[in-house]
Amino acid sequence: MTSLPTSTEKKLGLVIDLDTCVGCHACVISCKGWNTENYGAPLSDQDPYGANPTGTFLNRVHSYEVQPPNLKDGTQPAAQLIHFPKSCLHCDDAPCVTVCPTGASYKRSEDGIVLVNEQDCIGCGLCAWACPYGARELDADAGVMKKCTLCVDRIYNENLPEEDRQPACVRTCPSNARHFGDFADPESNVSILTRERGGFDLMPEQGTKPVNKYLPPRPKDVAPEFDVLAPYLEPIAADAKGFVGWLDKALNALPGGVN
Amino acid sequence: MTHHQPDLDTSPKVSDEIRKTTCYMCACRCGINVHMKEGKVAYIEGNRDHPVNKGVLCAKGSAGIMQHNAPSRLRAPLKRVGERGSGEFEEISWDEALAIAKGHLEPIRNEAPEKLAFFTGRDQSQSFTGFWAQSYGTPNFAAHGGFCSVNMAAAGIYTMGGAFWEFGQPDWDLTKMVMIFGVAEDHDSNPIKMGIGRAKNNGAKIVGVNPIRTGYNAVADEWVGITPGTDGLYILSMIHCLMKAGRIDLDYLARFTNASVLVNEDPESDDRGLFLKDSEGQPQVVDHNTGALAPWNGQGVEPDLSATYEANGVTHRPVFHLMADKYLSDEYAPENVAERTGIPADKIRAMAAELARVAFDEEITLDREWTDFRGKKHAKMVGRPVSFHAMRGISAHSNGFQTCRALHVLQILLGTVETPGGMRFKPPYPKPATAHPKPHGKVTVGEPLDGPHLGYVQGPDDLLLQDDGTPTRIDKAYSWDNPMSAHGLMHMVISNAHAGVPYKIDTLFMYMANMAWNSSMNTSGVMKMLTDKNEDGSYVIPNIIYSDAYSSEMVAYADLILPDTTYLERHDCISLLDRPICEADAVADAIRWPVVEPDRDVRGFQSVLCELGAMLNMPGFVNEDGSQKYADYGDYITNHIRRPGVGPLAGFRNKDGSGAGRGDVNPDQLQAYIDNGGFWIEHVPAEAAYFKPFNTAYQNWAVEKGFYDAVQPYIFQLYVEPMRKFQLAAEGVGERQPPAHLRQRIKQTMDPLPIWYAPFEDAHVDVDEYPVHALTQRPMAMYHSWGTQNAWLRQIHGHNPLYVPTKIWEANSFEEGDWAKVESAHGAIVVPVAHQASLNENTIWTWNAIGKRKGAWALDDKAPEATKGFLLNHLIHELLPPKGDGLRWANSDPITGQAAWFDLRVKISKSDTPNEAQPEIPAIKSPVGNGPEKLAWKVGK
Repeated sequence: MTSLPTSTEKKLGLVIDLDTCVGCHACVISCKGWNTENYGAPLSDQDPYGANPTGTFLNRVHSYEVQPPNLKDGTQPAAQLIHFPKSCLHCDDAPCVTVCPTGASYKRSEDGIVLVNEQDCIGCGLCAWACPYGARELDADAGVMKKCTLCVDRIYNENLPEEDRQPACVRTCPSNARHFGDFADPESNVSILTRERGGFDLMPEQGTKPVNKYLPPRPKDVAPEFDVLAPYLEPIAADAKGFVGWLDKALNALPGGVN
Repeated sequence: MTHHQPDLDTSPKVSDEIRKTTCYMCACRCGINVHMKEGKVAYIEGNRDHPVNKGVLCAKGSAGIMQHNAPSRLRAPLKRVGERGSGEFEEISWDEALAIAKGHLEPIRNEAPEKLAFFTGRDQSQSFTGFWAQSYGTPNFAAHGGFCSVNMAAAGIYTMGGAFWEFGQPDWDLTKMVMIFGVAEDHDSNPIKMGIGRAKNNGAKIVGVNPIRTGYNAVADEWVGITPGTDGLYILSMIHCLMKAGRIDLDYLARFTNASVLVNEDPESDDRGLFLKDSEGQPQVVDHNTGALAPWNGQGVEPDLSATYEANGVTHRPVFHLMADKYLSDEYAPENVAERTGIPADKIRAMAAELARVAFDEEITLDREWTDFRGKKHAKMVGRPVSFHAMRGISAHSNGFQTCRALHVLQILLGTVETPGGMRFKPPYPKPATAHPKPHGKVTVGEPLDGPHLGYVQGPDDLLLQDDGTPTRIDKAYSWDNPMSAHGLMHMVISNAHAGVPYKIDTLFMYMANMAWNSSMNTSGVMKMLTDKNEDGSYVIPNIIYSDAYSSEMVAYADLILPDTTYLERHDCISLLDRPICEADAVADAIRWPVVEPDRDVRGFQSVLCELGAMLNMPGFVNEDGSQKYADYGDYITNHIRRPGVGPLAGFRNKDGSGAGRGDVNPDQLQAYIDNGGFWIEHVPAEAAYFKPFNTAYQNWAVEKGFYDAVQPYIFQLYVEPMRKFQLAAEGVGERQPPAHLRQRIKQTMDPLPIWYAPFEDAHVDVDEYPVHALTQRPMAMYHSWGTQNAWLRQIHGHNPLYVPTKIWEANSFEEGDWAKVESAHGAIVVPVAHQASLNENTIWTWNAIGKRKGAWALDDKAPEATKGFLLNHLIHELLPPKGDGLRWANSDPITGQAAWFDLRVKISKSDTPNEAQPEIPAIKSPVGNGPEKLAWKVGK
């Protein structure tokens, strides 16, 4: 079995904002494109034009319906739809690493990224069984375990402009729902977002200490706090005739003698 | 095992080269960086410098590599050798293909050019294809707007000189409340996602009005799950509330709208309901300074919003009084619309109140001076930070035009259009209907058509009618059936051509339009029309030429296939003459260029038109010596001159590239675009950034850039006078008279102030028998069938269940895995169902155009798209069911002719589980075979 580093200098990871994720799958396909062409074996697809297409993806978006509890007056609020992108959370206590029989799975001591060294991977699949999040996928063509690399071949890549040294999924996210940074730095963008927006761990009871955090959706369908009728919709007239009377007065009262 | 880390190269080479072009995976037109390795496409990402997407890219865009390499790509020109619809073809040379095309096109051009119907589907080169059709001389040209969103576009142009998407956008950075109506993933997809993210980050509230809570509506802070087809009623009810409370922007209304224009109210006059005008034809207002009549645009005039004018014993009132008459009526009180719209009255009030609160209590002021067209200087730019966006959901109804108009009137009453925080136009818009061309349809054999096909009518005189009163155009656009059909009616072309009404045609020539599948109502009927024969064995529609890059369902129904390139192999211009990529703060246009050369015997369609145009000796396509004028589309883009100094591309004009907007031809223009990342952009000056229709600085800048040749300030048309002119004709005024059966409908629907009426289908079917509304929307990760079925994206959306709300789910005791029979007055389908709670309780829906026909798109016959996927189109007819008046009414908006897809009513019941979704359409023979069994797509080593 494989050891984890006792500590890591940085804790690189993602903040995923469930309030703004529209479920567009941009991150899914950008990840597929980058990681097919880059790190290790391509992400293959079986039966891609057939009856049962199945391919390797390092990041998938699931959608869940949520029925908020009934209000005090007994009425049922509208159901909500939450889009939930999921990839490796680069856990501090990553069970996928400790279960690995060959040392192929490892967590980097410098930044905490969990990777698979494909040369040493025997495709036994134990790590995928050990991961409570279902974040690893065995590539059916290459026979090696694939997982999110946090784009380790982008974030330090000197062949990329500095502004592009971030994971492909973060760079491409249209609604800015994905953020990349160092959780070991309390003043990093991801630490601040987590603090200010109540970022949470996914399934903390699993004891894996995930590095990635999720931001909860803001409350939805909340009735306005002000009184609707007064002042905003207090009638100034009952009918068209009354309205014209009001209009004449209102025009005279406009500042600067307009009209 | 102790901790061990292998050596890892964290700076691998990314690519040999980046080529920057424009995406075509949907209509959004984002900039992309195409990373090349060893001459092949390795990876596609968004272009950070590009004005549309600023670096981001959606799933479709990133999956472009699978589109470009798709096994469904056509490989060579095809000639039909079996029966139409069989898919039996043989590959032929381009010489033979062009000779066949010429053989069809030349004789009819010399005798009766209208016998060519040329319709170009999801074309992004309409200013070019329209120019070609005009030069050919046929009146029968349009693209797909008639079955897409013409209501939105036309209502916007007639009301305020622009609509949404390529016309305008919320002021995302300053807005504090965004209300989106009927928006799924249609159009402008990345900018809307980016905008929602930014607005939310700024604390703005997002409201989604949609029967379906997915996508943008899922992240909306508040969801209004409205009953389909009632948006107009909801909006008019909010207008009622706001007017009744006086929560409207009187200053804005007086100055910048025709609320203050006087209406002729003499019941004896043939001009009743038209504007009072001076001798120069200018609409009149009462000038508050003098109390006298004055033209709306007179220098120094202060239009009075409430003053009336007495003449010959008749009181003429301003438009605003007429609006008070109409909208203060109890008909629009929240209590009276709540049941119909499915929105409780208190929620309608609360939304109106919130709009008022944000618009007026959270006013934004920019310290920027500006001068309006009457010469009045304004010290500041005052904004009302409520913005709106809307698209097909409100547009694709038979009451869509008036509903879109109602939304614009709401925006304008709140004073939010073209103000900080509101909705802003994108150059070259705003541009009022009067500044657009009128439609043209005069055929002269041997000469070009008398002008551009599509435009904006100003009254009955502009209709395209033959001497006997029948329509000039095969699609009956600009006829009494649908007088303001600004985009044509592509969805009626095949059925009209098949019926020979208004006349028979000879050749149907189409591009990128999947009419034999998801782009038609009544899909099975259209397939039959395309294959139907006369008694003598000839086809009813004699010749069909089709161009597509992929093996779509339509291919089997053509006699000649001209294979197009993929979007990475071609030239294109996203032109200011067409539908450009501008932003509110900038004018911009863009190109596509061949970042790779085709490895098949295919040619860009527009280049083929250049060659065909020359073969047919068409004006504009040949030099004086008769030789071919444009070698290919790239040559046309560079050298075509539309008006002096104005060509397809606005940037880098003149030999030295110095021209911006106007300038001479630059032979190196395309290279200048390539060097600049595939696009050109110039920013709107700060003093011209808002109030554009009225702002002198903007008007001058627009002329300088060549959007138009003289300043043309205007005011928003709350009251659309051309509509009143059609009503007047229906009342018997004037020479040009509608046919008797349309009089009543024209009087009722063409109200010059927005109204709501029930979708037409409601009056043609028994709404108790068909109580359920059925809709489609596009998924964010898949566009409709203009590309192929993408290997990566189909793993996200490989089939499309019918989503059913809880009430209907429980009433039918549906369970997971069940199938349902769905019936309309027109047809029935049997399809898989899934439960969705976040849905209007009387609405079912599915993803658009996932269902595919066996044999198309290089998919296996057992692909889920073909076995479980389905089209709702089978339930929708282009005509409404008979209602006993001896007529068949079109299933379209009566004003624009827009296809009323979303009026559909159905009933649903549990079904036995069939082998496959019903109806099962037999397979067609694939001209390209099936795709590979495996993909492991790595270009670099």
